[in-house]
Amino acid sequence: MKEIIKLSELKNHVFDGMSIMVGGFMAVGTPEKIMDELVRLNVKDLTIICNDAGFVDLGVGKLIANSQVKTLIASHIGLNPEAGRLMSEGLMECILVPQGTLAEQIRAGGAGLGGFLTPTGLGTIVEKGKKIVTVDSKDFILELPIRADLALLYGTTVDKYGNTNFTKTTRNFNPVMATATDKVIVLAREIVERIDPDNVDTPHVFIDYIIKEEE
Amino acid sequence: MDRQETKNFIAKRVAKELSDGDLVNLGIGLPTLVGNFLPTDVKIDLQSENGLIGLGPAPTEDNYDKDITNAGGQVVTLVEGGMYFDSALSFAIIRGGHVDVTVLGCLQVDELGSLASWIIPGKMVPGMGGAMDLVTGAKKVIIATTHTNRGKPKILKECTLPLTAKNQVNMIITEMGVMEVKEDGLHLLEYNPEYTIMEIVEATGATLIIKEPKVMELED
Repeated sequence: MKEIIKLSELKNHVFDGMSIMVGGFMAVGTPEKIMDELVRLNVKDLTIICNDAGFVDLGVGKLIANSQVKTLIASHIGLNPEAGRLMSEGLMECILVPQGTLAEQIRAGGAGLGGFLTPTGLGTIVEKGKKIVTVDSKDFILELPIRADLALLYGTTVDKYGNTNFTKTTRNFNPVMATATDKVIVLAREIVERIDPDNVDTPHVFIDYIIKEEE
Repeated sequence: MDRQETKNFIAKRVAKELSDGDLVNLGIGLPTLVGNFLPTDVKIDLQSENGLIGLGPAPTEDNYDKDITNAGGQVVTLVEGGMYFDSALSFAIIRGGHVDVTVLGCLQVDELGSLASWIIPGKMVPGMGGAMDLVTGAKKVIIATTHTNRGKPKILKECTLPLTAKNQVNMIITEMGVMEVKEDGLHLLEYNPEYTIMEIVEATGATLIIKEPKVMELED
């Protein structure tokens, strides 16, 4: 049985300067209510790891627009002009990573791997400062794992044990992020008795706390 | 041709490159139009890197589901046989060489098959999204683009902007012609007879290898 906490208890799990992975792709599959609560709590100097910068008023974009993000690690920031502005004015560090590399770095972080070899980014500025490894006369970039203090996910169906399912394209980075942080909080659209054990996306061992979307 | 006609013309020619059963990823903008021009006997699977195969048309009021989106964040539909997956698997599909064709736009592309499409330093920094993985992993990379940008060549000897990938582009399709990147350079395979070969050469910043090019045919 996993502990179901209130949204107001989020404050016990966040602090200035922490690193947070946030699920979602263009804010689809992002725990929006938790983003609002983070804005209200106004925790600062965050390192946010997310596929993209969301929109100014949606997803992690809200945290960026509220100047709470010190470093953003993402693959795309094009739909949030505020992210572009903060980056170019030097007010937010932005580390742009190819999307597949970001997903795999998080997977490596959660799977206990020391990194992985990818051809993506060879011959581009992405390879700058990284080790090139040759395997069977083919070059690869050595990319390192990423972990974070906290993951904030959006689950569609969560059972009382914490087993979690993600529907349709809200899935995206959510399952992989569940594996790669010290603590995982899932915002649940619906809490049920039991998810069919054959059809669990994320086993409950990865989930620490559940917050119900409609309290 | 006006701008929209030009885009449709390019998309229509790109569609001829797709074969029945191909798994295809179409970039945002002009490449998305390619899906509108597939011959009826060609069925392809469209992948969207945010986590689906079986990308369908825009929804109607009846089948609108905000949980089904494309890589641009727009609400779409899923066709019969389609399915969803997470980002790590999505990029295993892409990087692992399981995507047959990817069609993307460009800022610049060069005769060595290198592509620049994700950043204009100091001006525009949207990020690479999934483009670097797509261009590196797909079996065939087609660049669908207008031949020039406000009269300035986009097809160059060597890209001057930061690259999306080096030596990965196979084909470039514009309103002026069809070009293929080969070992010995960039070949003009087909040309649009609305332009003279001289006009095409002048609008191209790269060296074009021209050996009996065919006329660009849109109908079979």
